[in-house]
Amino acid sequence: MAKSTSSDAQMLVRSLHTAYAATPTNLKIIDLYVVYAIVTAVIQVVYMGIVGSFPFNSFLSGVLSCVGTAVLAVCLRIQVNKENKEFKDLPPERAYADFVLCNLVLHLVVMNFLG
Amino acid sequence: MARNLRHLGFLALICASLSISGAAVIRPINDAHRSAALEIFVPTDGSFGSLEEAYEALRTFQILGVEKSPEISHATCPVVVEKLGSSSFIPKDLFHALRVNSILGCQIDSRTFEDVASKLQAVIKDANSLLDFHYAVGGLLHIKDYGINVALLDTDGTFHSIKALSQSDGRWRYDSNSAESSTYAAGIALETLAGVVSLADKEVDQSKIGIVEHDIVKLFDSIKSYDDDTLYFDEKHIDASEYKGPLTTSASVVRGVTAFAEVASGRLNIPSDKMLGLAKFFLSIGIPGSTKDLFNQIESLSCLENNRVSIPLILSLPSMVFSLTTRDQLKVEVTTVLGSAAPPLTVSLVQAFRSDSKDTPVMENQELQFDSENTIHYLDIIPLKLDVGKYKLMFEISLHDPENINTYATGGHTSVMAFITGSIKIDKAEIGIFDSDPGNSETLQKLDLSRDSTLSLAANHLQKLHLSFHLTTPLGHHFKPHQVFLKLRHETNVEHIFVMESSARQFKIVLDFLGLVEKIYYLSGKYEIELTVGDAAMENSFLQALGHIELDLPEPPEKAARPPPLPVDPYSRFGPKQEIAHIFRSAERRPPKELSLAFLALTFLPFVGFLIGLMRLGVNLKSFPSSAVPAAFSTLFHAGIAAALLLYVLFWLKLDLFTTLKVLGFLGVFLVFVGHRTLSHHASATAKLKSS
Repeated sequence: MAKSTSSDAQMLVRSLHTAYAATPTNLKIIDLYVVYAIVTAVIQVVYMGIVGSFPFNSFLSGVLSCVGTAVLAVCLRIQVNKENKEFKDLPPERAYADFVLCNLVLHLVVMNFLG
Repeated sequence: MARNLRHLGFLALICASLSISGAAVIRPINDAHRSAALEIFVPTDGSFGSLEEAYEALRTFQILGVEKSPEISHATCPVVVEKLGSSSFIPKDLFHALRVNSILGCQIDSRTFEDVASKLQAVIKDANSLLDFHYAVGGLLHIKDYGINVALLDTDGTFHSIKALSQSDGRWRYDSNSAESSTYAAGIALETLAGVVSLADKEVDQSKIGIVEHDIVKLFDSIKSYDDDTLYFDEKHIDASEYKGPLTTSASVVRGVTAFAEVASGRLNIPSDKMLGLAKFFLSIGIPGSTKDLFNQIESLSCLENNRVSIPLILSLPSMVFSLTTRDQLKVEVTTVLGSAAPPLTVSLVQAFRSDSKDTPVMENQELQFDSENTIHYLDIIPLKLDVGKYKLMFEISLHDPENINTYATGGHTSVMAFITGSIKIDKAEIGIFDSDPGNSETLQKLDLSRDSTLSLAANHLQKLHLSFHLTTPLGHHFKPHQVFLKLRHETNVEHIFVMESSARQFKIVLDFLGLVEKIYYLSGKYEIELTVGDAAMENSFLQALGHIELDLPEPPEKAARPPPLPVDPYSRFGPKQEIAHIFRSAERRPPKELSLAFLALTFLPFVGFLIGLMRLGVNLKSFPSSAVPAAFSTLFHAGIAAALLLYVLFWLKLDLFTTLKVLGFLGVFLVFVGHRTLSHHASATAKLKSS
């Protein structure tokens, strides 16, 4: 039973991997960016766990910067994805421009809160 | 206004000081006045402000015989010369300049004097106010001293004009328009009239002089007096804006009357007591504090010193305290007001009264002997058998030469306060503790009150403390001093003072503790005993510690008074206050530096991973536009984003929000424009690719 579970898991991962390979490159870039942002956030949370949350505003701004930019990247991915029927008429450049603008505003706020 | 208030205050101060002392101590002018003059008249760089003030200072120094510094001549003479030489026609300035010049003796040639004289004569011809006459006539008198002929052109007319301003009560008006008359103006007028008479080239009609003498007598009817025989002149109506005060007014009248008496050939009919009263008024002020007051006082006294009416002779005591122990002599001085020698005379002590029996004199008619070396009249008091105490002595002066009686004013009886002090013998002192019931009496201890004792007594609330002693004067009489106090002081510094009564030739006190228990606030414990005996006539007043007494008192009931709180040293509030310990929030624990740096490096790792991932994915720049303009826009777009990120880093490091927002505004507009161009070009490029 365990053997079949592990081989099922292996088959699942392999099929996911194959399916994922079919996604367009630009979406992969965005996914990589999201993973990067989340990992940075996790590292900051671990650091806070170790040393305590003394400059809490700094911690929050750091974490929120990463999480915010990840969220914005996810939104960009949704809008840029050609299989998404909802955003068929939206040109990807427009989505990208929104992404850049929202990031600039987010980071202004983050920098102000960083202290 | 402030100056008049000052005069009013000065008047009030004179009244207050005289009323306190009763008879003010009168001494003739002495070195204290000389040093005061040097302190009060202080020139700034040699000059005194105005010529009037300079004259006041110089005249005071001249009368007192004080050396003036040569700086004053250096600084004041140029001003005098300038005033006399100028073509201005202000008689007041010329008058003050001439007065100052008569003391300083500046180098002025006779041409200038002649010019000034002719100007002043012109002023007299047209003048109609008293002050103009005063300045002009005074100026001409000074010029006459230099040998220049300054005869008045119309003596009778001038005399008549000045006389016309007089009132029936002896006062004068300032000019024909003013309705108010003033005593001060009377003094000025008399001085001016005296000047007119001495400037006249022929004899002035004696009847005119007689009329002015009559006015003087009427003026003297308005003289006022204080309680202690001092006489002064004051204005009838006190007008707040022009009020000059009794000192200035009396000085003016004295100046005028003595000047007029010089030129009147006969004698002025003024009683000598009034001149003496005026002299006493000026001397009773002591040493005034302001320049004008000191000048008025000294100048009036100088006028009285040699006047033709009667010269006041001042009787004064150099010391008011005579000691029986050192066998002092009663010393009396008789001098003129400025301290010069008096003519030969005898002083006799008419009566002496003790202060407590003002009706019966203890002594009568003793003549004082004269010590010609020290010019002092003295009397030995030991043979007089006067006991210690406060005395009122009445003296009388009798002149040797009968012709001097009209020249000098001696006054009738002069009374002075004096103290005779001596050493008081204290003996037969006894102290002891009694029980309440008289049957059981403790023995009294003998006490020596000439030095501190260290008794140790003990009592409870049912007993009494008894203390008695005798006080005897040097002549053997029973002495009642002013202060006889017994003080009990508790260990907590609560004090109780008891006055001892005198009865049957001894001083005795019985402290019945039963009755005093409430007054002592029921405080038991050790009390220090102190005895104080003191009086002004007692040379050996003392405060002796007698020892201590242990009091055993019952417990205070509920409603008993608490002892008063002890007085806090009033200066303790200025001492340092209690130190304040501030409680600060403890600093947060910071992580060690190495850990923070390690995590900083760790944070960059995902970025490295991101870059590696990008390369693995095959990221390329193929879509970058190749033609020039779109390439430029793309470059600018990326540069703009980089600039925005750099701005954020700067914002974190040192900029503030407002600057950042300002720059971001410009940058944002730029980015929007550039980004729109780039992205629209990219979109059109992609559409072209798709369609093709």
